[in-house]
Parts: sequence; structure tokens; C-alpha cells
Amino acid sequence: MSKYLHVLNIGVQNTLVYRVNFLVRACFGLIPLTATLFMWQAIYAGKGVGGNVEGYLYGQMVSYYLIVTIVDGLTAVAEDDWQIAADIKDGNISQFLLKPIDYLSYRLTLYCGGRMIYSAFALIPIAIFIYFKREFLELPADAGTMGLFLISTLLAGLLQFFISYTMALLAFWVMEVSTFIFILFAFEALAGGQLFPLDILPMGVREVLRYTPFPYEMFFPVSIYLGRAQGAELIGGLAMQTVWVGIAYLTARWVWRRGIRRYTASGG
Amino acid sequence: MGVEAGYSTLYGIGRVRGRRGMENGGRSSGGGGLVRVMTRYGQIYAALWRNSIIREMGFKINFLLWIVVELLWFVLHLGFIQVMYLHTDHIASWSKWEVVLLMGTSHFIQQLFTAFFFNNCTQLSEHVRMGRLDFILLLPASSRFLLSLRHVDLGSFVNAASALVVVGYATQQLRLEPSMVQILGYLLLCGVGVMVHYSLMFIMASVSFWTVRAQGIIWGYYNLFNIARMPDEVFRGGFKTVFTFVLPMLLVSNVPARVLVGKLSSGWMVLLLLGLTCVCFAVSQWVWNVSMRRYTSASS
Repeated sequence: MSKYLHVLNIGVQNTLVYRVNFLVRACFGLIPLTATLFMWQAIYAGKGVGGNVEGYLYGQMVSYYLIVTIVDGLTAVAEDDWQIAADIKDGNISQFLLKPIDYLSYRLTLYCGGRMIYSAFALIPIAIFIYFKREFLELPADAGTMGLFLISTLLAGLLQFFISYTMALLAFWVMEVSTFIFILFAFEALAGGQLFPLDILPMGVREVLRYTPFPYEMFFPVSIYLGRAQGAELIGGLAMQTVWVGIAYLTARWVWRRGIRRYTASGG
Repeated sequence: MGVEAGYSTLYGIGRVRGRRGMENGGRSSGGGGLVRVMTRYGQIYAALWRNSIIREMGFKINFLLWIVVELLWFVLHLGFIQVMYLHTDHIASWSKWEVVLLMGTSHFIQQLFTAFFFNNCTQLSEHVRMGRLDFILLLPASSRFLLSLRHVDLGSFVNAASALVVVGYATQQLRLEPSMVQILGYLLLCGVGVMVHYSLMFIMASVSFWTVRAQGIIWGYYNLFNIARMPDEVFRGGFKTVFTFVLPMLLVSNVPARVLVGKLSSGWMVLLLLGLTCVCFAVSQWVWNVSMRRYTSASS
């Protein structure tokens, strides 16, 4: 355990170097967010006072996007997938095969360290932004909801990490993994609920999505926060989310074992 | 991959240069100077194209996959609009097919920009990091020209064509019959839009010369250029002012789309776009000069 604490320390130090980068990133990220909010403002303006979209009043819609921004800051896999792919391509993972250290745990620790630092710095512009929109930000109904939201966010982070990790491991088989990573991004953005709340989709599509891992990467924790997932739906969702984390973890382990057999340590 | 291709490109230019040198017998300046410069750069560019084609054909599957990725994102954004319009008839004064036309236009411009400039701009900081920039500066041709145009991304032409198909389909759905002038104006303004993208991206790449790595620039780019596909009317206040007059993102696709749809209320938007394009380009040249003056070789 102590060796991973050491890794965490290194990860934190390494990402601290990029703190200005993080600030800039977070600021740039606010541009499309603002644009989307303007878009919704125009749509709600066309509907008149009290207009709603599938149960979302204007304020709740803004709230949705604000919470998405926070969850995204806490969980998004930023550079990890590219780095893993590069480690494999450049033969850097050879050293992990020789050391008593598990690559997945090592990477997971770095990811956590990176997220801690990113959240700390990204929080500054995001907090300023939210301050200006504070009238729309709703707090969760009670402490229990907040607790479940945090648990679900943690699971969402793990799920995102394991999926990206597995995707990056494709570097064992193909030269360029960036295409696959961008395809994954596309699905995560649309089916994960980053572009819009999934409950404004037609019923059929929504039903199908419930059985994919994507909503549990983003949409589900946000709906817990907003109190839209309750009772049986909440319990079932959490169970489903846990199952997906398990499946993603096992897949990651399995793909690693298969990949390592093909690994030739080129360039290492 | 990058290094090898870099050197083969350098080699290609050397060849053109060598041949020209011999033909001219070392003569310089004099009458028809501009024509000669143009032909010389034309030949260099032809060599760069040849290199790009050879390079792309070396990674055929990857080439096809990138086309799929871009197509997927395009469909995704169209899907986003489709979902929005499930819940409303109009966003500001824009109907669904007008927005589709706008998105197609935005994608068209973006893909042309990618075809000619995008990878080259993102590579700039890598050239500095790897110490390759020194070699490029030593070549007997405009460094900015070589850096901006050295690699042509052929797959993006396929995607640009798919964007035009969507624009065409939307035109049909709207029952528009654009005149020849409108179509020509549209295409010309799309070209102007490409120049705006290029100038802004080149500024970002030059500024981040030393600090930010390529990933960061790409990320910044996607966020910034994201808003070009949205109807300008929905924006208000300072946001609209900044992204119209300072970083003219809200003009780039909206102006050509308005020309085609016939939504252009007056000509001043066109003039504004043209004027700001010149400003953006001038600023990019200035930033480039400043960066060059501050540049001290990184490694090697």
C-alpha cells in the first residue's frame, strides 16, 4: 500500500507542473457550456413562462449542466489513456513487468492524483462561473441524497477509468489507438448525458441506453443529485452501476493478460 | 512516424529547390519576380502534396478510421439538433433544417481547415520540443509557409464532401433555390472562414510554443470552435460581443449559412467578417514574428 502512496505523491507532483494548463483547460471548457446554456435559454424563451422540457424547468436544466461540469471535473479521464497507449508503444511498460508493482493499480493511483489536482485548480473558474448562475443551482434534497450522489460519482469515475484503460490497451494490437479513443468519446458524450439530459430522448432510446454502461459514467450520478432518480429506480441504478464497474474491471484485467502475451517490448 | 515523415518532407523540398536552382542558374529578382515566387511555391506545395499522399497510403486502415471518427462526430452533432427539435419548433428564428444547414456549413469549413492546416498547427509545439524546428527554419523558403502547409490531411476532403451533401439536403428540405451569386458567395465565404480558423489556430499554436503540449492546443481548439455551429441569434451580452468582434467564431459559419438561406439582413455582416479575417491574419503574423524573435533552440 505504501508504495502506491508514493506513486500518488509522484502523480500529484507531476500534474502540479501542468497547473496553468489545467486552469486554461477549465476556462476553455466553459465556452461550450455557456453556448449550450444560451441555446436552452432561447428554447425556453420560445415556450414562454413556466415552459418545461420533459419535466425540466429552465432552472433545473441549467442546474443539470452545472452538476455535469462538476462531476466531469471530478471524474474525467484526461491524459491517462494517451499516456498508457504511449507507454505500451514506446516499450515503457517493460519496467513494470520487472517490478513488484501492478500496472493497473499504478495507473489508477496516478489517475486519482491527477483528478485531485485538476479538481483543485479547475474549481476556481468553475466556482466563479457557478457563482454567476447561483440562482439556478439546486442543492440536493437531503444529506442522504448527497451521500448517494458522492458514492455514485466515485463509481462513475472508476467506470470511466476502467473503460478508458481497456481502450488504451488496444495499443498492444494496433499502432494508433487515438481513433478508438475518439470513437469512445463520441459515445460517452452522447449516451453519457454530457450533451443533454438523457430523459429528453425518446422513450425507446432511453430504455436501450439503460442497459449500456454510458449513462452510469455521468448521467446517473447527476440525476441522483437532482432527485430525479428515486426509490426503486435509484437502487436499481446503483446496482447496475456497480455491476458495470465490476464488468469493466474484469475486462480490463483480461485484456491486459491477453495483451501482455503479444507484447514485444519494442523500443524498450 | 512524425520524425521520418518530417525528414522525407524536408528531402522533398530539397529536391524541388535543387532543380529550380539549376534551371535558374542562380538568377534572382528582376521582372516577373512575383510569378517566379508563385511558381516556386506552387512546386514546393506540389511536393508536399506528393509526400502527404505517400504517407497516408502507408497507413490505409488508420486513414479510413479517421474518416469514420469525423463522420461519427458529425452525426452526433446532427443527432443533438434532432433531439433539441423534438422539444421545440424554433431556436430563436432558426428552424430545424436551417440549423442543419448551419451545422453542415460549420463542418464543411472545419474539415477544409483540417485538410490544409490543422495537423500542421498542432505539430508546431512538437517541432519545438523535438528540436526539429531548427531544420525547418534553415530551409530556403518561408518558414511559416512550410510549417502551415507541410502535411495535407486527405481524409478530411471526404468529410468536407459529406458536409456538403448534408448542406445540399437541407437546402432541398427548405425548398430553397439559391442563385448562382448566392452559391458562389457561399463558397467564397466558407474559404474566408477557413482563413479565420487558420489564423486563430496559428495564434494559439504560436503562443503555446513553449508551455502547452499539443494535446492542450487540440483541446482548446475543439472547445473554442464548438460554438461556430450554433445560431448567432441565441447569444447575448458580452459573450456575443467577444465571439463576434474579437474571436469572430459566431460569424465564421453563420454568415455563409445566412447567405445561402437568404437570412442576411444587410451586407455589413459580410464586410465585418472580411475585415476581421484580415485583422486575425495580421495578428497571427505579428504573434509569429514575436515568437520567432524569442525563440532559442530547444534541443539538438
